[in-house]
This record gives sequence, structure tokens and C-alpha cells, in this order.
Amino acid sequence: MKLGEKAIIDSFTDQEMSLKLLEMGCAPGEIVKIKHIAPLGDPIAISVSGYLLSLRKKEASTVLVKPLPED
Amino acid sequence: MNPILKIALVGNPNSGKSTLFNVLTGLNQKTGNFPGVTVDKKTGTTKLSNEGGQTIPAFIIDLPGTYSLQPKSIDEEVACEILKNKNNPDYPDKIVVVVDATNLKRHLFLVTQLIELELPVIIALNMIDQAGSLNTKAKIDLLSERLGIPVIPVSARKQIGIDSLKKTMASQVIPSSKKFVSPDTNPAAESIERYNSISVLVNDIIQQNDNNDKPTITQRLDKILTHRIWGFVIFLVVLFFIFQSIFYIASFPMKWIEEMFLHFSEWGRLYLPKGELTELLINGVLAGLSGVVVFVPQIALLFGFIGILEDTGYMARVSFIMDRVMRKFGLNGRSVIPLISGVACAVPAIMSARTISNWKERLVTILITPLMSCSARLPVYTLLISLIFPNGKSMGFFNIEGLVLLSMYLIGFLAALAAALTMKFIIKNREKSYFIMELPVYRSPRWNNVLYTIYEKVKIFLLDAGKVIIAVSIILWVLSSHAPSGKFEKIEKQHEQDLATNHPTNVAAEKLKASYAGILGKAIEPAIAPLGFDWKIGIALITSFAAREVFVGTMATIYSVGDTKNTQSIREKMMAEKNPVTGNPVYSKATGLSLMIFFAFAMQCMSTLAVVKRETKSWKWPVVQFVYMGCMAYGASFIVYTLFKI
Repeated sequence: MKLGEKAIIDSFTDQEMSLKLLEMGCAPGEIVKIKHIAPLGDPIAISVSGYLLSLRKKEASTVLVKPLPED
Repeated sequence: MNPILKIALVGNPNSGKSTLFNVLTGLNQKTGNFPGVTVDKKTGTTKLSNEGGQTIPAFIIDLPGTYSLQPKSIDEEVACEILKNKNNPDYPDKIVVVVDATNLKRHLFLVTQLIELELPVIIALNMIDQAGSLNTKAKIDLLSERLGIPVIPVSARKQIGIDSLKKTMASQVIPSSKKFVSPDTNPAAESIERYNSISVLVNDIIQQNDNNDKPTITQRLDKILTHRIWGFVIFLVVLFFIFQSIFYIASFPMKWIEEMFLHFSEWGRLYLPKGELTELLINGVLAGLSGVVVFVPQIALLFGFIGILEDTGYMARVSFIMDRVMRKFGLNGRSVIPLISGVACAVPAIMSARTISNWKERLVTILITPLMSCSARLPVYTLLISLIFPNGKSMGFFNIEGLVLLSMYLIGFLAALAAALTMKFIIKNREKSYFIMELPVYRSPRWNNVLYTIYEKVKIFLLDAGKVIIAVSIILWVLSSHAPSGKFEKIEKQHEQDLATNHPTNVAAEKLKASYAGILGKAIEPAIAPLGFDWKIGIALITSFAAREVFVGTMATIYSVGDTKNTQSIREKMMAEKNPVTGNPVYSKATGLSLMIFFAFAMQCMSTLAVVKRETKSWKWPVVQFVYMGCMAYGASFIVYTLFKI
């Protein structure tokens, strides 16, 4: 995903990480958008379920996303 | 049954829980805009009145902020343990869960888990004034009906709805029997199922408008504050401003405090009866007290600024832009503030490491922070630099003193990073390192909270660290003003004889030499001789254990107290000091540099150790810190002395 891009959360690859992400509002079906990338390329900030969440790229890589359905 | 109603305040970090706690109890505590700021258990009491107008006292526990009842950090474990264990002394009769009305979906995750505990749960629907379409009675009633629990719209910040919340807290609340997930599923599947239930529920109440892309103030600010270049520039400017203020503004009250204590001790010398007790009071207790109180302005200012940065939400952005760098050293983006604050004083810096939720990262931050060159090292450095480079040779635009001073700061910083890197591999991690963190919406700071932060930190420092500092000051005084019996009398007799012959010896210095501190200095001389130090420096090293700047004072005592003419400055006296065996100056380049390196690395600060003990809740870590920094100092000084001796 690129800066400013939107996608829908599909599934998780890391069980432990998914628990943490789920309770922070990253549930399958939620729309995520990359809002900011930290100056050194990591971590990133995404908007999800109405707020801004920061996470490291490694953490973000455990989230599988699918493209938004075309309207 | 317990006569007092026990109510637990639960909620996500940043839900306004702490502000609500302040409003309810009046017993204020810290509320930051930084996730996970409440680490310690906070309790308070309040008076509720029920429907019949009866007053019911209630005991309120402010539990650490948690996102779910599946604990991921020590904070969350604390909260879960209290809520799940009926035998816990803090097990509540009722739960008030604080929900951010502007972010209903995520907050309901925790709410539904709480409901399933089958305890009476009340929702305090916070920030209702910003909730837009949700803020109608019909919608709130629907939410309450679907969850099966009372929902009270409030605004903790604007104090809306507090009376109605208190009434509900006092009344009988029946636990909801609703279930949101099917039993016996694995945690991840359960979470997804829970979200599905919540989504259905929330979609029935409010229309989702996630696709609202209109840039808010927060988004516009973030564009600049987390920008590739401007992000760092602004951060540096903010830091520069804070440090200038800390050094500049604090220097005035610090001067007043020192003068005030000088007046006290002068007054004491004039009016108190002469004797052991008065001496102890003035040179032991009062000197120790002044050493504690003098730090208060810096601590208050630093925490004032940190409080503002946290409360506005900027601190989370600083962590965000710095995380990548700090992670390389086994630290966290949130380690930046403690490390930088360490340049002023390690004591408040270590206290500010509390915002780091991962225990290992926090511990490493605490352990390395004292390597940052604090302001107490400055007088030592300046004195020693002027000794080694007396002529102030300049190399074009730069003068060598400034360069040496700068390198001392750099050495401290690099040593801190190196130590962090080493500890990264030694200390076992208790929990996984995350940087999954909410970046809160920017808000104007709540001044009350900032003031309470300052008040709380100063109080902690004065009470906890103060006790230790005063105790050590007293011990040091006893050691340096007492000697095995008869020694002092001998010196005084000698002095009287010398007066007659017009060759007065330095009584105070002779006494110090004969005192227990002097004996100790002599005793450690063999150990410190490889570093190029003599027993006089040994005494100063022992006394400067209380605080580094004491070194200069001790040197002044050793070299100049008996000098009635006062013609030479300490610097000149130290420069003139010759080694009795070789006849070379004691403060050669090798000794001077070695001594500076020693001060850069050694853990010579009682206050810091006391604070580390308090923050890590054990003696183990201050001891580890003392030993590792001591070894580093000894080794580095030895190398420096050996290299420059030739």
C-alpha cells in the first residue's frame, strides 16, 4: 500500500499480533488508509475506524488487505 | 459485605478516564493525552446521592487504561486481574466504563467484554458534545437497550452529565445478561465475532461515515509535524526552546533557593548554640536539603513542558518520528524524551520514562539515561577543562574549551547508545515490543492537569528522593567532620604552635585529611592510582557520590578553606598542586582527562539512584546501574590515563 491509498482489512497472518490489532479497531472489513509515513520510512500512521493509529511496518505486514470494491 | 461501595473506572487509554476520575473525586492526578499514562493504581473517594437523596460514600479505583480484557502489557494485566478475580481486595461492586463517543466501535470492544463478566456495568459516554449525530436521547436509549446497561452521556472536560452519572452509580444496576460471542472459540476468532456483533449494533444506531476525507485540523497539523524534514526541524526547535527555558528560567529560582539556604545557615550559625547538633543541622541536614530543593525548579519546568506536550498530543508524534532510530538500540520512540531530558537532570528524566509501556524498553531507558551529561557535570567539566587547557588556545573560530565540552556531551550520548545496544542483548524481554499506538487528536492542554502533573512529580521527588539525599548528606558530613579520637585535637594544637611561628598550616584541609572521609580517601588511593587520582581526588569522589557538583565544593574545602588571605582561586591552587614524589603537576592532561571521563560515566548521584529504585520498585536495578556505570568509568579512565600519561 502507498501513502494515501485505501484498502479493506481481509485477514491476519500473526495470531498474537492480530489480537492486539483487533482490540485497537483493526477488524476485517474495516477500511484503512495510510495517512502518514514517519520521516525515516517507519513507522506508519493509518486511519482506521475513525482515528489515527501508528504501527511499525513489521506489524502492518501481518495484516492482509484487499482493494476497495469499485463503486 | 463491605459497607463502602467499590467502583472501578475502566476504559481505553485516552478515553478521558483520568479526567473523569479527577472530576468525580476531586483528588486530581495526571491525565495525559498520551496512551497509557496511568501506570500506578489511583484511588479516590466520592460522595454519591441516590434517588432518595441519601448520601452514599464510594471508593473509586482508576484502573490502568486497557483496550481489552486480553492483557498485552503489565498495565493491562493489573486491570484484568482486579476485574476477573473475585478474591482481589479491589474487586469492584460496579464498573463505570468510559467510552469515547466519537469512536464508539472501538470502545465497545472492551464494553462487551466487561458486560460478559456479569458485573453491573455503567457506560459513561464521554465527549458527548463532540459526538455529532449520536447525541440524541433516542439513540442513546437505543444503545442502552441493545447493551442492556445504563448509558449516561457525559463530558468530563466540560463537566456535563456528572450529576446524572453519580446518581446512576448510587442506584441499583442489574448486570446485563447479553452475550456477544459464542463460547469456546479461539481468541482471534472470538475477537472477530465480537467485532461483527458490535458492527451490527453500531450500524443500527449511527450511520458510518468513515469515508469522510475532509482534512481536520489534526490532519493538517500532522502533515507538517510528521513531515520528512519539518518534523525533525520543529522537534529540534521545540527541544531547543524547552532547554533554553529550563536552564534560563530555572537559574533564577535556583539562585534564590541557594541564597535562602545560605541565609538559613548563617542565621543558624549566629543564633543557635555552638555544638555538634548545630553543626549536624547546618552542614548535614541543611546542606542536604538545599541540594534537594535546588532541583525543584528544573523538575517543575521540565514536567510542565512534558505535561503540555503530552496533553496536546504532540508527544505521540515525537515518538512516531523517532521510533525507527531508537529501535535500532533496543529502545522505543518514547525513549527520546527521557534521554533528552537527561541533559538537564536524570531525576525528572527517569521519572518521565513511565510513558514507555514495554518493561524492557523502559528499563533500558532508565539504566542509560544517567550517561547523558546532566547539568551537575557542567561545573566539574568547566573546572577541569580550565585546568588542562589553561591558555584557552583557539583554533580559528573554535576555542578548544568549547570543543572539549562538546565532546564530553557527545561521549555521554554515544556511551548511552552503546550501553543500550549491549543491554538489548542481555536483559530478557518480558513482553513483545509493540509500537501499535493511538495518535490522539490534537487538543489544547488542560492547564489543571498540567499543574497537577508538576505538583505530583515535585512531591514524589521531594518525599522519596529527598529522604535518601538527606540521609547520605548526613553520613558524608559525619564522615568528613569526625576522626578517630584525638586526631583533630592534635591538628588544632599543631595549628596553634604554627600560628606562633607564623607558618600556619591549613587546619580545615588537615582535618579533612585526618577525618574518616580522609581515611577512606587514603584507603581507596591504591585503587584509583591507576587512573591518575590521588587521595584528595579520592575524597572528592566519595563526597561527590551524593551529587556530582559536590566535587567542586570538596576541592574548594580541601585546597582553600584554611587560606585566610584567599588570594588564589581553586583553579590556581589545583594547578599549582605538585605530586610529592615526582614533582610534576597533579592535574596533568592525563589526570584531568581521566577524571572528566570518570565523571562522564560514573553513577555519582544519590538522587538518581533513589529515583531508579522508586521507578523500578527494587534495589536490584539501581545496584546494577551503579556497578555497570562504575566499571565503565573505571575502565575508560584507566585507558585514557594510560594513553595520555606518556
